Amino acid sequence: MNIVVLVKQVPDSGAERNLTSDDNTVDRGSANNVINEMDEYAIEEALKIKEAHGGEVTILTMGPDRATESIRKALSMGPDAAVHVVDDALAGSCAVATSKVLAAALGTLNADLILCGAESTDGRVQVLPHMLAERLGVAALTGARKLTVDGASLTAERQTEEGYEVVSAATPAVVSVWDTINEPRYPSFKGIMAAKKKPVRTLSLADLGVSADEVGFAGATSAVVEHSKRPPRSAGTKITDEGTAGTQLVEYLVTEKFV
Amino acid sequence: MAEVLVVVEATQAFGVKKVTLELLTLARRIGSPSAVVLGGPGAAAELAGKLAEYGAEKIYAAESEEIDGHLVAPKATVLANLVREVQPAAVLLASTQEGKEIAGRLAVKLDNGLLTDVVDLDADGTATQVAFAGSTIVKSKVTRGLPLVTLRPNSVTPEPAPATPGTVALEVAATEADKLAKVVERVAEQKGSRPELTEASIVVSGGRGIGNADNFKLVEEIADLLGGAVGASRAAVDSGYYPHQFQVGQTGKTVSPQLYVALGISGAIQHRAGMQTSKTIVAVNKDAEAPIFELADFGVVGDLFKVLPQAAEEIRKRK
Ligand SMILES: Cc1cc2nc3c(=O)[nH]c(=O)nc-3n(C[C@H](O)[C@H](O)[C@H](O)COP(=O)(O)OP(=O)(O)OC[C@H]3O[C@@H](n4cnc5c(N)ncnc54)[C@H](O)[C@@H]3O)c2cc1C
Repeated sequence: MNIVVLVKQVPDSGAERNLTSDDNTVDRGSANNVINEMDEYAIEEALKIKEAHGGEVTILTMGPDRATESIRKALSMGPDAAVHVVDDALAGSCAVATSKVLAAALGTLNADLILCGAESTDGRVQVLPHMLAERLGVAALTGARKLTVDGASLTAERQTEEGYEVVSAATPAVVSVWDTINEPRYPSFKGIMAAKKKPVRTLSLADLGVSADEVGFAGATSAVVEHSKRPPRSAGTKITDEGTAGTQLVEYLVTEKFV
Repeated sequence: MAEVLVVVEATQAFGVKKVTLELLTLARRIGSPSAVVLGGPGAAAELAGKLAEYGAEKIYAAESEEIDGHLVAPKATVLANLVREVQPAAVLLASTQEGKEIAGRLAVKLDNGLLTDVVDLDADGTATQVAFAGSTIVKSKVTRGLPLVTLRPNSVTPEPAPATPGTVALEVAATEADKLAKVVERVAEQKGSRPELTEASIVVSGGRGIGNADNFKLVEEIADLLGGAVGASRAAVDSGYYPHQFQVGQTGKTVSPQLYVALGISGAIQHRAGMQTSKTIVAVNKDAEAPIFELADFGVVGDLFKVLPQAAEEIRKRK
């Protein structure tokens, strides 16, 4: 099975994150950049499927030059190769444009299965898998907590608000995975060394036949009008339990009309 | 007045979701709300009363087995056709997994901008979003096409505005590509009478400090006494104390209730990401230095196993 895993580099969610004041985009220069955590689960799932059914695993990343760090890190877990879509014109791309570029790149990769994390920790946009499926005319199974591959047939289990659903589709398909699906492996020393030699192909917008004015700031379908730091929440009353804190807590809830 | 399409979400147990009522309330700022029900046969009739009560001037009903038996693609197709036909002033959906998925497909079909996780929307289509674990407020506008927006639950207070809508049946013309992802089985899990986590006006969450799965009964007891939902930190979920669907935070649910009670939760930034916009925050933690106290309106430094039973007893007394 030919598997492509979408990997995104994001600012570390544990650190302070900002929007830049000049162009209202995520300030990726000032933050510590890491692989979007959910994507590691997608890589793990891809590797497990390859181990059971054979095939090849390719990482696909769209991002600036420095995303190569994340690509090498992803490759050190075990995938075979990577494709890096990189182009200056991509800066500031909205979700709609991003899906256009990724769909064009996927069009050149002939994937049976496209795996990705169920959401990204920076933009929190869960829309990409369906946007890609829509563009590619393939099925999308999203939020999988379990995925079974049987020949060309995929079956996934996904959490819903009322319980869970079992959903199915034939390949080719886009599947997004939730972090309950597996436990991602740590790269071994051997894996890290091997990753340095794995092929990483770069693709520009011209290679993909996408014009620069369809992406980036020029082609954005939405725009930030203004942004500001939210005033930090200030701490309120803090009491130390000396035997009556439970009662005092309820008294507070009564004053605030919650009881 | 131009129509504003509101995509309805409902559950078996509770009917029309609260977030849909919020959307109808918000839609009135922009134009005349039209509720769009996308479901199996008979879906709209059950929901019509509530939709009318909250101001739906018209109800569009797309009802078919094709919608029920597949993931969101057929819904997006129906909606795209409707948008082309009525040229609404805006399309509003819930910022739930399903709402975002439909919106994503719609954005591609219409080559239209999309704003997700919005907490407020002005009459001119300017949307407010809260980014980066609640630390940044962003105002944005769709610059291509109409305002296509998903609203985070508990952002607006639903206001009744009784109307007398007529129902317009829509044709469901799903394409072959729309029918690729099939629903094989839907399993409802027993959830009791607690409100849905993202919709609840009170959420009581437990963290690693709860100690084990059995002790989570203490959290449930407080939640039930307050009529709230139960949440959990990732550490509590990873330790197997409570199921994953109740996780609050960056990789779990985002909640924005009137009252959030954090029990034995340290307040890591990824947890805050999911609860920071709660109106009132109460915390109990034995570590006086725990970061959760930085955002708590009322904090108790103390042992949960002493504070909680006493609090439960006191609530019972007051009821
Ligand atoms: C990419 C990423 C995504 C993440 N997503 C999420 C997410 O969605 N949600 C989430 O919650 N976390 C998330 N995390 C994890 C997060 O960083 C923290 O590890 C987690 O929130 C800690 O949970 P906790 O507060 O329950 O546990 P701890 O940090 O261990 O805190 C337990 C607290 O309980 C207190 N305590 C212990 N015993 C008692 C007692 N008897 N009485 C009173 N207090 C007691 C302790 O003082 C301590 O403060 C994520 C992390 C990463 C890297």
